[in-house]
Amino acid sequence: MHTYRVTHLKQLEAESIYVLREFAAQFEKPVLLFSGGKDSIVMAWLARKAFWPARMPFPLMHVDTGHNFHETMEYRDKFIADIRAELLVASVQESIDKGRVVEEKGPKASRNGLQTVTLLDGLEEHAFDAALGGGRRDEEKARAKERFFSHRDEFGQWDPKNQRPELWNIFNGRKLHGEHFRVFPLSNWTEMDIWQYIKLENIPLPSLYFAHERECFERDGTLIAKTDFISMLPEEEKSLARRTVRFRTIGDATCTGAVLSSAATLDDIIDEVAAARQTERGNRSDDKRSETAMEDRKKQGYF
Amino acid sequence: MSEERGYLDMDLLRFTTAGSVDDGKSTLIGRLLYDSKNIFEDQLDAVEASSKQRGDEQVNLALLTDGLRAEREQGITIDVAYRYFATPKRKFIIADTPGHIQYTRNMVTGASTANLAIILIDARKGVIEQTCRHAFIASLLRIQHITVCINKMDLVDWDEDTYQKIVQEFKDFASRLESVVEVTFIPISALKGDNVVDKSTHMNWYQGPTLLYHLETVYIGSDANHVDARFPVQWVIRPHSNEYHDFRGFAGRVAGGVFKPGDEVTVLPSGFSTKIKAIHNMGEELQEAFHPQSVTITLEDEIDTSRGDMIVKPNNQPKVEQDIEAMICWFSDSKKLQMRGKYILRHTTKEVKAIVKEVKYKVNINTLHKIEDDLEFGLNDIGRISLRTSSPLFYDSYHRNRQTGSFVLIDEFTNETVAAGMIL
Repeated sequence: MHTYRVTHLKQLEAESIYVLREFAAQFEKPVLLFSGGKDSIVMAWLARKAFWPARMPFPLMHVDTGHNFHETMEYRDKFIADIRAELLVASVQESIDKGRVVEEKGPKASRNGLQTVTLLDGLEEHAFDAALGGGRRDEEKARAKERFFSHRDEFGQWDPKNQRPELWNIFNGRKLHGEHFRVFPLSNWTEMDIWQYIKLENIPLPSLYFAHERECFERDGTLIAKTDFISMLPEEEKSLARRTVRFRTIGDATCTGAVLSSAATLDDIIDEVAAARQTERGNRSDDKRSETAMEDRKKQGYF
Repeated sequence: MSEERGYLDMDLLRFTTAGSVDDGKSTLIGRLLYDSKNIFEDQLDAVEASSKQRGDEQVNLALLTDGLRAEREQGITIDVAYRYFATPKRKFIIADTPGHIQYTRNMVTGASTANLAIILIDARKGVIEQTCRHAFIASLLRIQHITVCINKMDLVDWDEDTYQKIVQEFKDFASRLESVVEVTFIPISALKGDNVVDKSTHMNWYQGPTLLYHLETVYIGSDANHVDARFPVQWVIRPHSNEYHDFRGFAGRVAGGVFKPGDEVTVLPSGFSTKIKAIHNMGEELQEAFHPQSVTITLEDEIDTSRGDMIVKPNNQPKVEQDIEAMICWFSDSKKLQMRGKYILRHTTKEVKAIVKEVKYKVNINTLHKIEDDLEFGLNDIGRISLRTSSPLFYDSYHRNRQTGSFVLIDEFTNETVAAGMIL
């Protein structure tokens, strides 16, 4: 008997491609937010598939905190050329220079919170009315109720009580002037799905995801890479050492923790993720600031 | 773990759970995630700390699925939350919805994409109004598999007679429902873990599967419609490049049936026929496409086709009509359904205007009785209406196809999604 079976990865792919096409069709000026992390890489990869052999009908925008690992930037430029996409950069440094935001002081300062302003400014400058994000519902509990099409008011704020119900595969992207949408095509993917799909599709990744040697120090139980953007407290300096590490997420270099790991290949990483006892955001200090940190940041317009 | 890496061959099962604060739904989900080792240390640490703070005697697994702050403060779940877990056989997506009558719209939303519904019954209480409501919604949304978990068996001394009595009560009620294909009953204790992931040692009289085993093995391969070929066009791909100068692809997701290169097809609404030249998934050319695949179809002849059109087979066409009869669930808490009111109707990839011609009846979802004397639709009301659309819809009955038989109504002024509809 002929069976019509679609594996879980192919179902997720089909769903995301469907969402990406709805996104392109329902908005006038859409944009894809590209962080350089694995989720936004997979999202951009799927966008290329969705519109092949045409180019994707929207540009990519990178919110650049200026605190990047150089590997991320090298990778970004090559990847974007490979998928034939157009890149725009919104710079946090520029927001600081213009006085739009004030940088946090002290050794634990992070530009993470400032990104929101730069992001909203960037969206406004180009008059984008909808932006794609690589957020997944399994990442954090505030995201578990996020919609594929997430409505934001004119201040970019997310009101969890005022989200539109999503039934079947019908998405309602209608909006009033000035309002916008964040659209999350990877909503139903887990970290494991992302890794398995990267393997299945043989998607190139930044080298930071694989085990390498790096000088790191300990901060609040997390390993932070020594970079030019961060200053260590005296006791942190004592913990500075070369270690074999990799990153499970890639964000701002000052607040993304490394994990001790010898996983050098995708297969190693898949094994490691399967055996992991900590969520991937477990070592992002930005989420640890309070138990509802993510919910609060989302309400202000964070992805 | 390497021996378990069969992930290139895993299925996906979407299920919904409905329940209220007391019947142990959050505990059940927490138990499923915990015993199937899908909980991380930092999540468990956070829950242990919260449990202690609240003064709970043991680690409160229900806290694992408690979401937003507003909910934690009120101790209720106010929206659909999606949870994920996987075993080596399947990946699972749980649409976790509150079960109180005031959250009917959330239950309907969660049920709309589910293959299976878990209905929880408190063994001490048996079949109550809420059970009937959940079963009715599952059947209305055409969920083909219902799993009834009779929970808190530990509180009735693991008694078989109690269990059998509840099974019979549920069967009596379910015989009045349409469209449910399969009902499975499992006696469990979510709190103690019996028959959730691990087999119970307290109920040797029960020979059936544990809940997880059932979720892993229930056959869902024939749930989708593979008979009536339906392809709503989502987007037209025209690369305008030298390499693909004449490429004109119709992108979309197969909503039903099977399409193959060489098949004769008709494009609606124009009615012109041609053949399928190729089916693409990026560089890959497919020999067939079926639900839920997203593909790009090229045709032999150039036929004017755009978003909202539908590619079908000439000898098996959907209904093409402007007068629609449907069951709807009303979603808006600020506005009532307006008789003769105009709404935006979204169906597949098409958007039209619709006017409400008639309200036939509402359903009391606890008793299944028709209400014909009060026809005002407010939040959470379910019932039957007639609509007329500004241009024809290409549709099938919801019973036959969930994709081509469903729609939403949108308020013209606020853009709020105000109703979900299932075409009769």
